[in-house]
Amino acid sequence: MKTKKQLLNRYMTYIVLIGVFALVTIGVETGIVSRHMRSLLVPICINIIMAVSLNLVIGFLGELSLGHAGFMSVGAYAGCLFSIHFEAVLPTFIRFPLAMAAGGLTASFFGLIVGIPVLRLKGDYLAIVTLAFGEIIRSVIINLDFTGGASGLKGTPQDSSFAWAFSIVLITYFVITNLADSKHGRAIHSLKENLIAAQSCGVDINLYKLMAFVISAFFAGAAGVLTGHNFSILTAGAFDYNRSIEILVMVVLGGIGNINGSILSACVLTVLPESLKFLSDYRMLIYSVVLIIITILGSSQRWKDIRSSLLSRISFKGKGKVKANANE
Amino acid sequence: MNKTRKMVPVPSKSIMPESDIDKTPILHAQQLGIDFGGLAALRNFDISVGRTEICGLIGPNGAGKTTVFNLLTNVYKPTYGAIVLDGKATMGKTPEEVNRMGIARTFQNIRLFQNMSVLDNVKVGLHNSCHTNLFSSFTHMFGYSKAEKVADERAFELLGFFNMESTANQRAGALPYGDQRKLEIVRALATNPGILLLDEPAAGMNPSETAELMEQIRKIRDTFKIAVMLIEHDMNLVMGICEGIAVLNYGRIIAKGTPDEIKNNPDVIEAYLGKKAEKAC
Repeated sequence: MKTKKQLLNRYMTYIVLIGVFALVTIGVETGIVSRHMRSLLVPICINIIMAVSLNLVIGFLGELSLGHAGFMSVGAYAGCLFSIHFEAVLPTFIRFPLAMAAGGLTASFFGLIVGIPVLRLKGDYLAIVTLAFGEIIRSVIINLDFTGGASGLKGTPQDSSFAWAFSIVLITYFVITNLADSKHGRAIHSLKENLIAAQSCGVDINLYKLMAFVISAFFAGAAGVLTGHNFSILTAGAFDYNRSIEILVMVVLGGIGNINGSILSACVLTVLPESLKFLSDYRMLIYSVVLIIITILGSSQRWKDIRSSLLSRISFKGKGKVKANANE
Repeated sequence: MNKTRKMVPVPSKSIMPESDIDKTPILHAQQLGIDFGGLAALRNFDISVGRTEICGLIGPNGAGKTTVFNLLTNVYKPTYGAIVLDGKATMGKTPEEVNRMGIARTFQNIRLFQNMSVLDNVKVGLHNSCHTNLFSSFTHMFGYSKAEKVADERAFELLGFFNMESTANQRAGALPYGDQRKLEIVRALATNPGILLLDEPAAGMNPSETAELMEQIRKIRDTFKIAVMLIEHDMNLVMGICEGIAVLNYGRIIAKGTPDEIKNNPDVIEAYLGKKAEKAC
């Protein structure tokens, strides 16, 4: 039995997302959105997909995975190779979704073969192994011939567009929020809350751990396919350790287990380093200082109180938009 | 929900007549024993629990009572002996498989899913009686709402057993202590067990809450027709509702019998109160 508030909250996010999409599209058509901002639209969507899917593992399953970029690169290469081979045969609107599925499935297959041995580990150990997985994948791709090696994979048709990327964001959001509110999602969440109690309720812990891991890898793979079709050259170096950490930062700042928060922080953290570009040398410095400040503010009880009192005052006036980060 | 037991309305103070209690064993432990390193935590533990019997397990601190529960639910692997549930051996099964075979338990230190709602806690208990596939969970279509509705109804029915329907949307960790204990029992009942293991259900409850709990445990047995095995230090509760009692001390059963037999057993009195002065040395 869902409370009305929860349902309203969910619909609100769809409305806000679609509203923003409409506004941005109008902006792009009329030329209000600058060229530079336009080039950021697809990366924003990619980061949203990455953050939301990583939140499934970190927020709902409660395990720390540092290999998310690894799954992304597997998906990217699988999807791009698919597109290159079928470019002449299939029209874009069929080929691109198929490439997406191919990338996602390959990534989830890797999620499965990594997950079966790895998910017996917990906490730090799991984090270390997933970290190693990401690095291994990267070195393997660099040393293989059919992936283009270190110079990168060229010749992928540039099919990515804001509309495609945005629809994948919607699908990701739809699937993951639906999953969270279902038998399978409750089982996954119960593992985070109390493993022993979950076992005593007949929840198969290995199955559900693996399920969360594989689903999360699928969407990371799809995001990878988007990335691959967005740039003319795909290099394995783009999916290094730092990329995983970047996504992790988005999840943590958005609030662990908070999907709407992940979406918001993915937007902010993609735009922030770019909009600081005019400061050239100091931009990464400012970026990290901002991160530290947000983290400190995010964990201080006093700031939380101020924020919740502010939010309740705003929502009292009937503004729906604050719902995006007023989850919980 | 193919195996759901029908809820039948029960008068508030029903006590099943002695003759109606089904004593054919549902759970049978044979020569159960476990060593932790060099420590023999439990040895030669034999017990047989009837199909609708309430059975108590008592003993001083550290006697091995919770170890018995952990063995029965396969959290620990026994070093010796075997457990037979409903004619089937539980050897080599995982704790979740043992639950599906029909043993549900609560914990001495409450283990709720603290950050989930009360309703969701119960619905995790209903996990294995809710048959939806992953695809319908993704889309919330193809039988999702029907399955959720059935689960909701069943969960409210069970919560209603303890008059807890009004708390359904609260966070489980925010419940008062007594309600948390009750919620654990509800969650265990939701897994549709044949035998319910309660680890100190009355711990931290005041006398009137304990009296209420006694009635409720009895009512659970009478309504669901299941066996209950409980560990408890509150002797009023144990002597009041148990048909059979086993006393553990230092990992061994020192007495078994009806409440009256146990009360007058010299070994039990010795275990709890010590030897008389003139007998010692």
